Parts: sequence; C-alpha cells; structure tokens
Amino acid sequence: MAETLRFHYEVDGNNFTSAGAASVEVKRKLRQLGFDAETIRRVSIAMYEGEINMVVHARGGSADVYVDKDCITIILADRGPGIPDISLAMQEGYSTAPDNIRALGFGAGMGLPNMKRYTDEMKIETVLGKGTTVTIKVYTNGANKL
Amino acid sequence: MKQYKHSVSLDLEKCKGCTNCLKRCPTEAIRIRDGHAVINSDVCIDCGECIRRCPYQAKKANFDRYEDIDAKKYRIALPAPSFYGQFVDLDDVDYVLQGLLDIGFDDVFEVARAAEIVTEYTRRYMSEQDISYPVINSACPAVVRLITLRFPYLCAHVIPMMPPIELAGKIAREEAIAKHPELKPEDIAIVFISPCPAKASYVKNGFLGEKSHVDYVVSMSDIYFKLIGVMKKNATPKATSQSGMIGMSWASTGGEASALFNDKYLAADGIENVIHVLDEIETGHFPMLQFVELNACPGGCVGGVATVENPYIARVRLQALRRYLPVSQNRLEKSDNEGYPEEILFPKDLEYRPVGKFDDDLTTAMQKMSEIEDLAASLPALDCGSCGAPTCRAFAEDVVLGGRSIDECIVYMRERIQKMVQYPGEE
Repeated sequence: MAETLRFHYEVDGNNFTSAGAASVEVKRKLRQLGFDAETIRRVSIAMYEGEINMVVHARGGSADVYVDKDCITIILADRGPGIPDISLAMQEGYSTAPDNIRALGFGAGMGLPNMKRYTDEMKIETVLGKGTTVTIKVYTNGANKL
Repeated sequence: MKQYKHSVSLDLEKCKGCTNCLKRCPTEAIRIRDGHAVINSDVCIDCGECIRRCPYQAKKANFDRYEDIDAKKYRIALPAPSFYGQFVDLDDVDYVLQGLLDIGFDDVFEVARAAEIVTEYTRRYMSEQDISYPVINSACPAVVRLITLRFPYLCAHVIPMMPPIELAGKIAREEAIAKHPELKPEDIAIVFISPCPAKASYVKNGFLGEKSHVDYVVSMSDIYFKLIGVMKKNATPKATSQSGMIGMSWASTGGEASALFNDKYLAADGIENVIHVLDEIETGHFPMLQFVELNACPGGCVGGVATVENPYIARVRLQALRRYLPVSQNRLEKSDNEGYPEEILFPKDLEYRPVGKFDDDLTTAMQKMSEIEDLAASLPALDCGSCGAPTCRAFAEDVVLGGRSIDECIVYMRERIQKMVQYPGEE
C-alpha cells in the first residue's frame, strides 16, 4: 500500500485573481498520477468551489489534499466569520456574496451545493466568529453518486 | 502509436542553449541537453511559441517550399484569410488572388469561402438540443491537440466539425475537376498558404486517422515575398474574391465566434491565455457560455509565426478590406436545411490521449510523486533553467522519472562544493 500523498496550499484571500490556482495544480497532479477523467473533474470542481468560497467569505485559508489510491480527501480550513445557518447555506441559489463579487460572475449560491453534488462525503464544521472547516471526500472506485 | 510529426525544428549551429524557449514553452516540452534545445514530440503542440521567443532564429518552422511543388500538377493556392492582412495599401483582395496566379498557381480557392460554410453549419449545430456547452471551436490545430493531451473532459465539447482548410481543400479539388474534366484528383496539388506551423503538422499527420485534402503547406512569408514582386496593381485583376465579411473575420480573434450571432461567447488568444480558459471551463466556471473560440496565436491567426506583419496592424487592414463586402458570399442551398454533409463532420470522436502519466500502476505513480515532491522541496526554487529544465519542479520530475543527475542543479552543486572545501574528505 502506497503512503498517502499530502499537498498543502495556502489560499490567498487578498488576491482574487489567483483564486482557483490550487485546484488547477491539484488537477495537474492527479493527471500525472493517472486518475480517470471523471474523478479528476469531480475533485477539481469541488475544490475550486471551496477555494472560491474561502476567498469570497473568509479572506482566504488553507487547503490540504490527501491522495490515497481509493479516496481523495480535501480539507479546506478558514478563519472567517463562520456559517450561521448551514441548511440555508446549502440551499441552491442562497448566497451572501457581496455585490462586487457577484459582478465577477460569482455568488450564484451554488458553491456548497456543487461541492456536495460532486463529492461522496462532505462535512462542515463551523464556529461563528472563528472559522469554518469543510472536509470533502471523493472515492476513486465505486460510491459514485453521479 | 504512430509518432506525431512536428513542424518545428532546430538549427544546431544557431542554438546557444539559452533558456528563452525553455521557459516559454506552454507544455514544458523543451529541455536543454548538450548545449541545445531538445523538443519532446509527445508533448509538443506546434504552437510556435519557441519560434516566437528564440532571439537567435535557431527555431524554425518546417514548411514545404513553393519550388518543391511539382509544376506539372494543377496547383491550387489556398490563401488563409490572414494572408490579406499582410499587404500595405491593399484595397482589394483581388490583387492578392491575381498575384497568386501571376507567380504560377493555376487556380486559387479562398479558405475564407470555406470558413463561411463552416460558420453556417456551426450556427445549425449551436441550435441542436443535446450538445455540451460551451462548444469549443476546432479551427486551431494547436488548441485541439492541447485539449486531447490535457483536457479529457473537454474533448466532447470540441465542435465535431472539420476546420475550413479541410473543406476548402475538398471543394477546390472538386471545382477544378468540374472545370477541367481531363484532370484526375492526383493531378491536382492543393497548396495551403499558412500563417503557422501547427497547420503544417495538421496536414502532415492527417486528422483522426484521415488523410488531409491539402497536399502542401507553404509559409505565408515565403509566398508574401514572391507576391510583392508581381503585385503591380496597374492592371485590373481578373481573379475575383468570393468571400464576405464573415470569412475574412476568421483571421483574427473573435471573428469566428461573432459570426454565430450568439453573444454568449468568449474568444481567447495566445496559448497561455487559452490554457487558463480551458482550465476554468473544465472546472465548470463559465456556465453561461455557449461558444468558446480559442486561438493559440496572439490576436488569432494574424499572429501566427509565419506571418510578416504585426498582428494588430494586420487586423486593422482586414477591417478596412472587408468594409464594403457582403456579410457572407457562401451560404447553404435552400434545400440544405438540416443535418450535415459527411465531409464536414469529424470521421470519429476526438480521443483523449494523456501524456505525462508517471506510471500505469497507481501505487508506483504515487511513490514517484512522493519522491518528486520531496526532491522539489529541497531544490532552490529559482527556476533558473541552468539544469536544462524549465522549472525546479520539472527538474525534480526529470531526476525521478528520467534518471537525470541531481548534480545538474548548479545551486545544489555549489553547496556541495562549499561543503567539500570546508570539510575535505568527508564526502
């Protein structure tokens, strides 16, 4: 059994133009490892949404990616304001993104719902005023919800 | 797998082994070995960026030469629309077409005509029900090759329609035979006048297993210099252009997309921008888009490395040239109101052919990745290129996967030498 590969990324909250860079990097690595196209796509979309969320709502954070043969786990942790009502935040179309972010085409209220849709497991831990940690898992064989 | 034939080559005498091309290759296909650049043909997409960057003109695009075309054949010139933008004080495309006849071509067929037909079919395709948005154009062979190598999920988004050059080659041959029934198909030489090496590779390799309708690809600059000698413009040209605004617009970025009369499009040009856009589309970032026009060269085909004029100037000239033209001169017959002729569709699906996979076995690939990560973390991160790899990360891959020696890193070597001097005999 191969050891788990771990990649760590700092997501810069002050530089909106670089948001999404870490998920592109992860996509490249998964391709080099030889994962199938569908797995790579699910991981990169879910991680991309998570990265954008951290930049929009929490001034950045960190992303840790763990690659095992059968599972890819991503832990996105920020020190932002926290999510007051998770079930509301999970509703498609619900967004608290500010206007200037919406002007860029974000803030459609699909971030968290897409992360759930494209992954096999998702866990949100949030403390108001302290921050949010979202853990998502994509199984590479079977357990495919799509 | 058949080796892909490329159209970029190196003049060993001129190459200094500097890092200009190395650093700018968008697919990291170049390494410096034994003092000069070496291209990995599995990864190269013939975008021509290295030709554009080389300060010593050591990188060359390989085209057929006009002189090499059998003069006994019935030679038909296929000028790309970008060709018209190369000429100073040109007010009518007909002078260019006449010039091509004057230098010895037997006939001319404008690729812009075929482009107008492809536009008509693309509009039809865009109104289909079950298509994957956004639809990506198939006209730039460098972009199509890039997608097949790196963007598995986007292969199905590429419009399954042959590029104008192919349709132009086919119609040109058919029209010539209709005009001269004594000609056999093999008596005809279809000669594309190209702005870029990617089209030359496209023709050499065929596409999706099919041989191209084009027989020769000559460089735009080659023909340009022959043409300016004969284009006197004192006689009225006998040749007449049969293309409109739309066909001419394909020469520069946004032209193909804007002709679809659908404003949900994006047009990106320059290979690095193209890669950024593809990455974002693959991540599902632009749900509102319906059409994406991508061109590897800055400004579109007018920015190809085989052109002579600055792409922005060429674009302005084309705007002036097309000003009083009909919108389109090549429309489909009234009876042609659904479906697609076989020759315009891809003969088979675009196939993802990944490169750069570390190993077929996932466990081994993960072990290698782990070694690469550790090594990359210990390298200086200067990305100086002295080792012959474009980045420290690429060097780490070369060491682990390609058996290169770590000693090629001059920073690492310097530290080792300093230690040897400080603590002699401990190594």
